[in-house]
Amino acid sequence: MRRTAAIGISAIAIGAMIGLVGCSASGDAGGDKVLKISYIKTDAFTALDTLFTSVKADFEAANEGVTVELQPVAGTDDDYKTKLALSQRSAETAPDVFYEDTTALRSDAEAGFLLNLDDYVAEWDDWKQFDDAAKAAGAGDDGSIYAVSLGTDTRAIWYRESIFKAAGLTVPWKPSSWQDILDAAAAIKVSQPAVVPFNLYAGTGTGEGSNMQGFYELLYGTELGGDALYDSKSSKWVTGSQGFIDSLEFLDTLYSENYALTPAQALDPNIWQEVFGTMFPKGTLGATVEGSYTPSFWVEGGSYAWPEYADEMGAVAFPTQDGQEPGGVSMSGGWTLAVGAKSANPDLAFQFLAMALNKENALSYDNENSQIAVRADVAADPSYTAANPFVATVTDLVAVTHFRPATADYNQISVEVQRATEAIITGSATPKEAAAAYDAAIEGIVGADGVINKG
Amino acid sequence: MTAEVLTPSPQPELRRDPEEGSRRSRRRSLTSLIRMIPLVPAIFLMLVFLAGPIIWSLWGSLTDASLTGRAATDPQFIGVDNYTRLFADPLFPQSVWLTVVFTLVSAVIAQTVLGLSLALLMNKANKKVGAVVGTIIVAAWILPEIVAAFVAYAFFSQDGTLNQMLSVVGLDGPNWLYSFPMLAVICANIWRGAAFSMMIYQAALNDVPPEITEAAMIDGAGGAKRLIYVTLPMIRQTITTTLMLITLQTLSLFTLIFVMTGGGPSNNSTTLPILAYKEAFRFSDIGYGTAIATVMLAVGAAFSIVYIRALRAPKD
Repeated sequence: MRRTAAIGISAIAIGAMIGLVGCSASGDAGGDKVLKISYIKTDAFTALDTLFTSVKADFEAANEGVTVELQPVAGTDDDYKTKLALSQRSAETAPDVFYEDTTALRSDAEAGFLLNLDDYVAEWDDWKQFDDAAKAAGAGDDGSIYAVSLGTDTRAIWYRESIFKAAGLTVPWKPSSWQDILDAAAAIKVSQPAVVPFNLYAGTGTGEGSNMQGFYELLYGTELGGDALYDSKSSKWVTGSQGFIDSLEFLDTLYSENYALTPAQALDPNIWQEVFGTMFPKGTLGATVEGSYTPSFWVEGGSYAWPEYADEMGAVAFPTQDGQEPGGVSMSGGWTLAVGAKSANPDLAFQFLAMALNKENALSYDNENSQIAVRADVAADPSYTAANPFVATVTDLVAVTHFRPATADYNQISVEVQRATEAIITGSATPKEAAAAYDAAIEGIVGADGVINKG
Repeated sequence: MTAEVLTPSPQPELRRDPEEGSRRSRRRSLTSLIRMIPLVPAIFLMLVFLAGPIIWSLWGSLTDASLTGRAATDPQFIGVDNYTRLFADPLFPQSVWLTVVFTLVSAVIAQTVLGLSLALLMNKANKKVGAVVGTIIVAAWILPEIVAAFVAYAFFSQDGTLNQMLSVVGLDGPNWLYSFPMLAVICANIWRGAAFSMMIYQAALNDVPPEITEAAMIDGAGGAKRLIYVTLPMIRQTITTTLMLITLQTLSLFTLIFVMTGGGPSNNSTTLPILAYKEAFRFSDIGYGTAIATVMLAVGAAFSIVYIRALRAPKD
């Protein structure tokens, strides 16, 4: 009897010890304050890492006893957003300052992941330097400021001038309608059969990028213009529009005539690296739609350094469907810096954010990453306008640019658009079928009250 | 098993004194309770790490939990909405079908047949050949899954090893991962998984006493007959156990498919684990993804019950 009791007691003791070991791992290390910074760093995107590494040194020097812990995530934008959202579920793992996409900002603010910065920016001298669009980009659904813009971007057609010249086209090239693009692609196909004439990203492989650098340039240039995806007056998602079908039909032509990449290439998540790194420098691609940050890959020290790009490449606005007003289409996005709502040191976190976005740091980041400046003092700086030969062209596109509807359900709808374009390029649906499937999916996400039929 | 040992077996008792009887049974139940104590930590751990996640997953699948938005911090109970949505989703039957095809073809049929044949051949082969072949086969299994997946990707991709070998003989291979995604992932899983079955069958075959096969040989049974009537029945238990293990492993296989095709193109290789991942983490719908995971759990449990029943069948 006594023996069994002893066994029992020791078993309980062992159980308790296991429990204790499990707990003791979460003790804090020393009395130092630690700021965790989360952002994307890949082989092709190091601008932010450069920025934070230099800010870390300055910040630690200025604040005794504070350690800045950089937590770069090597992954695609989508993977990063998933990882960030997962880490924000617990105060243990949530970063203090992080890189936040403007499209995820509103839903993350609604989720309570982001610290309300109203009081902080009110006392921040630099805040008046930010333009109104940039301020609005960091606002949540309730109108409060939750993040501060790092810079914005626009999208243009980037084309290789020598290929266009060899096809007998005039350079600089100025397409005024979708038909001009098809004509140019046909001319390139005939004169240089080995070249991919005109690429437009599509499908789920490249994620959100396939919409931003592809389908939206088409859709926002159709009859409904800026309201082609989301009707701003009624705050409803558009279904049944002819513009949607027309856009898919254009995509269908581009892919079935082999003007664009093969569907298998287009669905490869890393295809953009090949576009920047191989296809343009080697002259196997005529044109593609890409962001204003394009030169950042090719400048000295960029991921795919190709100094000749300044003379070889041209950039021009994507045309509207039939050349209607305003004559061009561009899409803008942009990333911000935000402070975690669960941060143990919110004041320090904001100080770090403010230091990362001061004039000096914003200027070097915008220049290195070819961002469009959102600070007035940066935009006026001579080194900004001289950073690369395309700054003026892409900055002018701000006049015809569109922003995505930053609603909480946008990400789900974006995926449905990607699915529709993927069905077209893989040939699994006709434009009408894909548009009908999209309409049904959207109604499934936002409900019958959330859509407006423009058919 | 443990329960059978520990519960006091109901014995017919001569009840001379009802007082004494109840005292005895009380003491006996106390003894068995004390005997249970050493099991407490194990049961506690099982509850925390096995039952806990299952209950958590069941609960999660009944909410609208999401990665972001209001439902991220304050998920609401929505009953079986996720399940009704799942059963109406055209992707669901397709994913179930792909999962069944993947499991049946790559695990149940190919890995078992290939693993058993290899084990039989290796038993016959001379030691050196056996060692070399064994090493090559086991290498695929030793590789971490992510590495094996990248190797398979490099083999099947457009400019991969397979197409380069085909081009040597003048054939222009298709992009296997794009045109035949299921074929590619099934072949990759066979390559990776056959070693596991082979090793277990080899061990089982070594345990078959040679006297019995020799006796069958003297009775005039040929090679095929000896295999069907002597060897296979003797390793029946091993076959069932192996089948159960590889079925459950393959049902939940994620990394290999995700790395090779990402479930694409157009969801043509989206099995249930990939679908659950996409819904939960790509489309931020944790509740819906958890519902898919719970269905997978039920499917796995159903398979386990079938196999455990088969194991319990009377031995011959």
